[in-house]
Amino acid sequence: MIQLRRAVKALVSLVFIISCLFSNKIFAQANGQALFSANCAACHAPYKELTGPALAGVEERWGDKKRLYAWIRNNQALLKTGDKYANELYLKYNKTPMNLFPNLTDPEIDAILAYIKSVPDPKAAAPTTDGQGATATSGEDNSLLYGILTLVLAVVVLILLQVNSNLKKLSDEKEGQPALEPVPFWRNKVYIAVIAILLFCVGGYLTVKGAIGLGRTKNYQPSQPIYYSHKVHAGTNQISCLYCHGGAQDSKHANIPSVNICMNCHMAINEYTGKDKIYKEDGTEVDGTAEIKKLYEYAGFDPSVSKVWDPNKAKPVEWNKVHSLPDHVYFNHSQHVKAGKVQCQTCHGEVQEMGVAYQAAELSMGWCINCHRTTQVQFKDNGFYSIYQKFHDDLKNGKIDSTKGITVEKIGGTECQKCHY
Amino acid sequence: MEQKRYWQSFGELNKSNAYQSTANDEFQEDLPLVEEDKGVLDARTPRRDFLKFLGFSTAAAAVAASCEMPVKKAIPFVNKPEDVIPGVANFYATTFVQDGEVIPAIAKVRDGRPIKIEGNDLSPVTLGGTSPRMQASVLDLYDTSRLRVPFANGKEVSTFDAFDKMVAADIAGLGGRPLVLLTSSITSPTTRLVISQFLAKFPGSRHVMYDAVSYSGMLLANEATYGRRAIPSYNLAAAKVIVGINADFLSSWVSPVEFNKQYSLGRKLNKKKPEMSRHIQFESLMSMTGANADERYHHKPSDSGAIATALYVALGGAATAPSLDPKLQQAIQKTASALAKSRGAAVVLAGSNDPSVQIVVNGINELIGANGTTINWSSTYNTHQAVDADINTLVNDMNAGAIGGLIIYEANPVYNYFNSDRFAQGLKKVKFSVSFNSKLDETSQLCKYVIPDHHYLESWGDAELRTGNISLIQPTINPLFKTRQWQDSLLKWSGAPTDYLGFYRQYWIARLGSEANWDKALQEGVINAGTSINTVLTNITSNSPDTARNVGVPGLETIAANRGGAAAFNGGAVGGAINAIGSAKKGGNTELVLYQKVTLGTGQQGNNPWLHEAPDPITKATWDNYAVISPAMAKSLFKIDLEDNGQTDDYEVHPEKEVMRVSVNGKTLELPIIIVPGTNPNTVGIALGYGRGTDAATTDDDADKRKALIESAYTNIGKAGGAVGKNAFPFVTFNGVTRDYFIPAVEVSNAGYQYKVAQSQTHQSYEGRTEVILETTLATLRKEPEMFSERREELHKDYAPKEGQNFERDATLYPLFPKPGIKWGMSIDLNSCTGCQACVVACMAENNVAVVGKEEVARYHDMAWLRIDRYFSGSLDNPSVVFQPMLCQHCDNAPCENVCPVAATMHSSEGINMMAYNRCIGTRYCANNCPYKVRRFNWSDYMGADSFPDNQKGIITEASAMMNDDLTRMVLNPDVTVRSRGVMEKCSFCVQRCQDGKLKAKKESRPLKSGENGEFDVKSACQQACPTDAIVFGNVNDKKSAVYQHRADNHDRLFYSLEMIHTLPNVSYLAKVRNSDAIVHLGEEEAQETIGGQEGKKEEKMEGVH
Repeated sequence: MIQLRRAVKALVSLVFIISCLFSNKIFAQANGQALFSANCAACHAPYKELTGPALAGVEERWGDKKRLYAWIRNNQALLKTGDKYANELYLKYNKTPMNLFPNLTDPEIDAILAYIKSVPDPKAAAPTTDGQGATATSGEDNSLLYGILTLVLAVVVLILLQVNSNLKKLSDEKEGQPALEPVPFWRNKVYIAVIAILLFCVGGYLTVKGAIGLGRTKNYQPSQPIYYSHKVHAGTNQISCLYCHGGAQDSKHANIPSVNICMNCHMAINEYTGKDKIYKEDGTEVDGTAEIKKLYEYAGFDPSVSKVWDPNKAKPVEWNKVHSLPDHVYFNHSQHVKAGKVQCQTCHGEVQEMGVAYQAAELSMGWCINCHRTTQVQFKDNGFYSIYQKFHDDLKNGKIDSTKGITVEKIGGTECQKCHY
Repeated sequence: MEQKRYWQSFGELNKSNAYQSTANDEFQEDLPLVEEDKGVLDARTPRRDFLKFLGFSTAAAAVAASCEMPVKKAIPFVNKPEDVIPGVANFYATTFVQDGEVIPAIAKVRDGRPIKIEGNDLSPVTLGGTSPRMQASVLDLYDTSRLRVPFANGKEVSTFDAFDKMVAADIAGLGGRPLVLLTSSITSPTTRLVISQFLAKFPGSRHVMYDAVSYSGMLLANEATYGRRAIPSYNLAAAKVIVGINADFLSSWVSPVEFNKQYSLGRKLNKKKPEMSRHIQFESLMSMTGANADERYHHKPSDSGAIATALYVALGGAATAPSLDPKLQQAIQKTASALAKSRGAAVVLAGSNDPSVQIVVNGINELIGANGTTINWSSTYNTHQAVDADINTLVNDMNAGAIGGLIIYEANPVYNYFNSDRFAQGLKKVKFSVSFNSKLDETSQLCKYVIPDHHYLESWGDAELRTGNISLIQPTINPLFKTRQWQDSLLKWSGAPTDYLGFYRQYWIARLGSEANWDKALQEGVINAGTSINTVLTNITSNSPDTARNVGVPGLETIAANRGGAAAFNGGAVGGAINAIGSAKKGGNTELVLYQKVTLGTGQQGNNPWLHEAPDPITKATWDNYAVISPAMAKSLFKIDLEDNGQTDDYEVHPEKEVMRVSVNGKTLELPIIIVPGTNPNTVGIALGYGRGTDAATTDDDADKRKALIESAYTNIGKAGGAVGKNAFPFVTFNGVTRDYFIPAVEVSNAGYQYKVAQSQTHQSYEGRTEVILETTLATLRKEPEMFSERREELHKDYAPKEGQNFERDATLYPLFPKPGIKWGMSIDLNSCTGCQACVVACMAENNVAVVGKEEVARYHDMAWLRIDRYFSGSLDNPSVVFQPMLCQHCDNAPCENVCPVAATMHSSEGINMMAYNRCIGTRYCANNCPYKVRRFNWSDYMGADSFPDNQKGIITEASAMMNDDLTRMVLNPDVTVRSRGVMEKCSFCVQRCQDGKLKAKKESRPLKSGENGEFDVKSACQQACPTDAIVFGNVNDKKSAVYQHRADNHDRLFYSLEMIHTLPNVSYLAKVRNSDAIVHLGEEEAQETIGGQEGKKEEKMEGVH
């Protein structure tokens, strides 16, 4: 018995170590991807020329990694040194200056480069996409099956009960006891009672659930003045969420991008040339170029007249708000994005797959609280938490389960006045 | 020795019946349920109605539930400015300028709307201090009664161009008669230039300055003795002895915010420095300043001159001493010896507007070496420049028809000139008149043209508070209405090529040398003597005893070093002044003092509901002015004997107060009385600044006329402040040289009826628990420095007697919960608090606290989260006063939390007593169980949070309704929930600021800063507003935090309010210390009583009541 336990323990720890290694790997990759989408994706794609060149093979093109690092951190400085390749590149892209990234460290740049390498060439990778689709369907809903099974079993129970009572009647008759007038099952008090209780329970459950659900708008997907496809921008073109919703790292509001942010790119991109056609949820096709024209109308921009956009002619786009929290809830995006390092998708769903945005999560209090109970804060990485000496000690001496770690709840994240004030 | 007893009300002093019943009932009224309870069948709502209601509500619920959710729009910027992020506040430096006050400010602008005003720490004058009026000024921006368009002859003018043409035509048609520019004191250097350009354009025109409250007496006295018509700057921080003679310098005299700061710096105490300045006050009313004094003596207002003379003589001045009451004589001798001992570090301040008195005071200041030490002539105030002779001449000229045109800015003489009728008559004879005032106020109504000025938060500008201390004004919001800055109008009319912004920019760039310097100055908001402040000031905060201040702001040493600047004194005038005082008309039986409240001042912000609702620090009355009288006068005139239980109750329990008729020179006002102990028995006090638009209810008008008057006051002044209280400015007398606010002879009588006054003082009762405040004297503290801490130790031993036991852990049944990260705490120094109410208004502004209005305050429904309790102790004739800011104590062992049936109030792991409004069902058990009485219940939907506006008519007051206007609601703090009807609320420790500060630290990946090296991530609104740094807030777990240091450095004075009931508050107090040589003991008796929490001897009468 004891041996068995040991064996199990050994097995569990082995699995754990392996999973750790595996997850680390995933982490590194995700890190590169995150860095890429945060810093580069607004102007670059791995296999597509946007504002800047396609980045696949960038290491080979530069050759010397040190020069590449220098270029990424401060391209203007490198240009001034008179680097030949750099200056050619600069001229090739119409002297559009690249942003400076002085804060990127060497390992971070390496992670980005590794990510770029890891992205498969879409031309080569085209056939594999079907396989992914097939695996996705396997997680189908089984509730219908269970429902039918329950119904069949219930009918069987009913029949058996009827059979039982008939047999009892027969045996009673045989023993000479006077047969009572048979009560049809719809007047049988037991049945009525059972059904009444069942109805009460189901009805009550549904009523309560409905009442709680009042005002909740999961899957709310209003139509928007412009058919803005997140899939095209965040999915296909890999533009970082924060490029447009920059408020998410500074403010309580993520903020809908202003027209000037749209025009940053769309001054140049005036037609939709994507390979994939855009479809609305109801299956109708969307003309991407026409939608860009709609934006130009709001922006008061006519590329045939002038290549330069004049913000004074623009009027704001009146978007329909998708995610709304009640007034008595305080929610701060930057707390979650910047301090908590939570991915946008955790709450907003797979936005990069969405056409027009919809509300993916319930945004109810229970939903918030459940996440706060299980999500860990950046306990070791963020200097703010250095003051929690007791928790640091407990983590070290094992009083706190290090796999669970310091959750938001542990530092008071489920208290009323963290969100209601 | 008789134990010192504290009382908030006369009932408490006498242990009257009403007081005891109040103590038993937390809520002093029943729920408004149906009165005639005859059973269900006979109820007023019969069965059919019930069914109807049931049917309707079911249908309504069904309809509401099936309705589609409304579609909300989210409209982003078109072209987002780089430094504006929706949801993140921006802060801009600007300056609050009004009525002789210039306070450098920081405006918090959230999503384009200014929502809160703070002090500017970079100003070496105010050091970030604020006043209630400044805190409330942001609400004036959103005042619904502001003028929205320019008017000519009562008709709207569509464009400014059209307006300018009409004005130009009128000016051209004046036919050589002079044009007069009538303004309040101009502190702005650029505006002075604009005015001189304007005057140069129109030869013969002149500029007349006129202030609502005159400082002519000082100006003329200084001219006579120092040859300069100016008010020098004072340095109370450097003074060891401060003597005030009817000078209310902490609430209204010259520059109160600055004086609060200096005064408190000179009186900060800690273990390392058991020294403080001594403040002796001679006054006629119990003023806020007098309440803070170490020694206070009252006298008849007409004796002010005699007291000054006697003091002059006692200090060795050559004159004969006037005869005075022996008690006063003794006090003067004592004061003189204290002053003489501190030669070179003493100052005497007088509030009189009589040049003779001020000349004698100048003589005294010479004798005690104040000139050049505590009085600095190198920097003089620009805030009070007006001399009364000027306005007097102007009014005469106007009546003689010698004035062609009058252009008025900020002055409102029809309301606040003593002889307003004569001014109004004169104004009718002036052919051309323009008002720049932002409201159709009393004067603007009589002007031909009105072109409203911007609010200061919409303006460009500058202000030179005193020589060398300039602060700039920049707009924080686009003008809300079609208004124009008045300097723009002047420039336009004088044909200048630029507008004011261009002029102003050009001026400052030239003066500061470069555009970069100008940008920097705008960003910092202050310019000090042309040099960068960092080179002028030293940073001493890190080892300063006062840990409450920010890094980079000057400290005590810098201020104390601000000496020099003596002026040559010419003593020749003193003899003449003494003779003039001696021969002045002697006062009558009863005298009158016209004073300004710290909240409302001269009434320019008359429609500001925050200021009306903030109680007066002494009388605790809101929404009215009244006649302040002494207990002795109450007894002789109204037969109210405060020693008699029944009569005390009659006076105190009902908001209806007896009305007194006060007559001066044939002018009469009828005002309710408020009895204030410590008032001179022969003196009546009336606050200025009330009765805007029209006086509140008077008896002699007929009903229709009255209604029309009130209607017009509501439209022109505003619904909150129109027709509130009565205008006492007509009582001001003019003696030929200056306007006098101390009237030596008035007639008073009992008007024989009553009038309701809403006081907030007696609303909360500690049920006889006495250990809410602690007080001692400096001598006692020096002799027994451990007295308070030993007492605490004893108390702890009583509850946790065994070895190794801990008061916190073992004196209770409840477990002790850990506070692993942050534990918020506050420490309040009662010795620094002057009672100025800035924190009270700041709290209302920060936390969206509802304004309830007079009727509701009278019903005990006031909502303020933070109040300043005023305690009297000692005799009724001249009691001493202690102020105590009282707010939720955030008890770790909170009695309120245990009794909530729905767990709506709970404790956080950071030590905050939380309140979840949406969970609260309004049982009010928590308020019943709170020993500090700091919880507030929303009896009505004061904020209009969840009802149709019209449904609230008649339920909430006009003032609340005004706060619910869409325009006024722009002032709300978007980070704080607006509470709805039926829920409890209370101080949250500014949890929105705590959360914001923590987030800031997290984003920067560093621990929270709460005062180490003077750096704060979080300051509570009250802490930030406090001009005396009495409040310190922060993380107690951090041993370097300001609040931890504040407690540790002052361990000898530390106490927790009602510690013996083991609530473990997170708010601590430091005992009040008076600078006196008397030794007082904490009575043995009291220690026993307070442990039980109850006063034993209920029948006992207060001794020393006369």
